[in-house]
Amino acid sequence: MGPGFCRITLAAPDIASLVEPGQFVQVFMPPEHPHMLPRPFSIYKADAENGVLTILVEIKGKGSRLLADRGPGSFLKLLGPLGRGFPPPPPGSILVAGGMGIAPLAFLAESVNKPRTLLYCARTADLLVCPGADLDLPGLQIIRATDDGTTGIKGTAADLLSGQIEGAPAVFACGPRPMLTAVKEICLRWGVNAWLSLEERMACGIGACVGCVVLTIDGYKRVCRDGPVFPAEEVILDG
Amino acid sequence: MDEKKDKKRQEKEFEPDLSVDLAGIVLKNPVLAASGPFGYGHEYGELTNFKDLAGIIVKGVSLEPWPGNSPPRISETPAGMLNAVGLQNPGLRNFIKEDLPRLRNCGLRLIVNVVGCTMDEYAGVACGLAGEVGIDGLELNISCPNIKAGGMAFGTDPAATRQVVEAVRRETKLPLLVKLSPNVADIGIMARAAEEAGADGISLINTLSGMLINTADKKPLLGNTFGGLSGPAIMPVALKMVWQAAEAVKIPVLGMGGITTADDALQFIMAGARAVAIGTGLFYNPELATVIKTGLERYLKKEGLLNLDQLEGIARS
Ligand SMILES: Cc1cc2nc3c(=O)[nH]c(=O)nc-3n(C[C@H](O)[C@H](O)[C@H](O)COP(=O)(O)OP(=O)(O)OC[C@H]3O[C@@H](n4cnc5c(N)ncnc54)[C@H](O)[C@@H]3O)c2cc1C
Ligand SMILES: Cc1cc2nc3c(=O)[nH]c(=O)nc-3n(C[C@H](O)[C@H](O)[C@H](O)COP(=O)(O)O)c2cc1C
Ligand code: FES
Repeated sequence: MGPGFCRITLAAPDIASLVEPGQFVQVFMPPEHPHMLPRPFSIYKADAENGVLTILVEIKGKGSRLLADRGPGSFLKLLGPLGRGFPPPPPGSILVAGGMGIAPLAFLAESVNKPRTLLYCARTADLLVCPGADLDLPGLQIIRATDDGTTGIKGTAADLLSGQIEGAPAVFACGPRPMLTAVKEICLRWGVNAWLSLEERMACGIGACVGCVVLTIDGYKRVCRDGPVFPAEEVILDG
Repeated sequence: MDEKKDKKRQEKEFEPDLSVDLAGIVLKNPVLAASGPFGYGHEYGELTNFKDLAGIIVKGVSLEPWPGNSPPRISETPAGMLNAVGLQNPGLRNFIKEDLPRLRNCGLRLIVNVVGCTMDEYAGVACGLAGEVGIDGLELNISCPNIKAGGMAFGTDPAATRQVVEAVRRETKLPLLVKLSPNVADIGIMARAAEEAGADGISLINTLSGMLINTADKKPLLGNTFGGLSGPAIMPVALKMVWQAAEAVKIPVLGMGGITTADDALQFIMAGARAVAIGTGLFYNPELATVIKTGLERYLKKEGLLNLDQLEGIARS
């Protein structure tokens, strides 16, 4: 993958056999760093047969850097699968991935073989890091776009979705908050069901500490336990 | 040669007794889950087995449901974290209906953390819990820095502390711990105020008041602006306050603040704590109770001690 990103493959047969698209794992920091919180990462691939999981990591700060620097064969403690993932996408669904939002959506795309369209968007070409071969799936149409036009269509995820949404039965999205806000608005306008995968800072990752909440029409809900995937009409993204 | 073997066998057979009596609450070992990080126990119950934890102090319960603060509510800091959860909780009635039945069956000592904005609210929660089976004690949280009204105000003024403790004391026969704020000039005065008003034990410390600013959007990082600092970063501060509180009162002290190892727990005990609670450390390692319990056992064996009695406050003598 490009600089600033890495792909980590983990032997975790229990998790690999249970995980559903949209769920995540808490990755604990190596024992030399006992005073750091675990980091949440979406499952990108799960191979139940071989007991293997893959996550995609964007190196953002200390924790992701530590994970990226671990060599092959090293040991990492994981907790998962966690959270509620996506429901199965009906034929003709649109998947909208912004940047690293590709991780859970690539897994979702792989989990069905009905016709579906992936809108894969980022600010610039270098941020569309998902290897093309991983997205080479039967029945999957892929449209790439960048804000600056360095690859694919020039435009945002919202521009792309507006042009594609007519007739779609459902939309599934993961990416930065502003993108999700735009996706929600478009889907509500068209009356299309949408599911959004959210991120929030986490501590326990299992629903105990109520640290990771998002405002919804039913009050605060825990992203780690009640989500990370929520129906778009439930979440209040600017709350 | 034979002597050596004998000694080894002795060490093996000798099982130290970790049980302690915390203000009338008998604990099988001195390790409790601190109020908050553990929620109401269900989630961690699915995850780790409870056998090495002596009890759980559940998250603060108020008279009516509290919504909590707007996100972000947490942030990591060097060797610690800030939180401003704002005591989100389902309220007394829902706690009794939904959470208490499940907690009763988990085989742990159960201490309920009580919160309120007014004296009447504190007393109301204590009164509402009075008839409930399965509760071993109350922990009065007069120290939460995350809510705008009440809370810490009670915990930073000795006269107010005395009043609220007396009001709750009238409503409950359960062992009553009073949880103190570290955000005060003299912890000894606060501890004595609680003791004089009828507390059976002192619990400390709650989080230290703090904040962070996000320079990218030039705004406070936490939704609530201010939050409470916990974790290893506060451990030396907590230890000093436990030492001072233990010196100021005769009732037992429950020590907490940044404990992540058995050695940390021992330090609190040697400073004067009868038992300890773990909060943030559980996030780093959900099996922390086991780590501490086995570490304490090993230490007692090494020192040839039968129990923890002689270690309590030993560093002060
Ligand atoms: C459900 C979920 C799924 C995720 N999936 C992926 C993924 O597949 N690939 C990927 O690269 N990233 C993913 N993230 C984001 C990832 O967790 C953060 O980028 C990572 O925690 C940053 O840690 P750090 O130490 O490198 O950064 P720092 O900024 O140093 O982290 C400081 C603290 O803030 C937290 N934090 C910072 N940014 C985020 C964020 N965006 N979301 C949650 N916590 C954050 C960290 O966990 C840590 O506690 C996901 C987040 C969530 C909540
Ligand atoms: C996420 C979180 C939630 C907390 N909630 C409560 C609470 O509801 N009531 C309370 O008295 N203390 C609460 N605390 C404080 C802890 O019980 C404890 O006093 C403090 O965190 C110091 O211990 P630690 O460093 O081991 O976490 C909370 C702490 C954290 C980190
Ligand atoms: S991280 Fe603790 S409740 Fe979600």
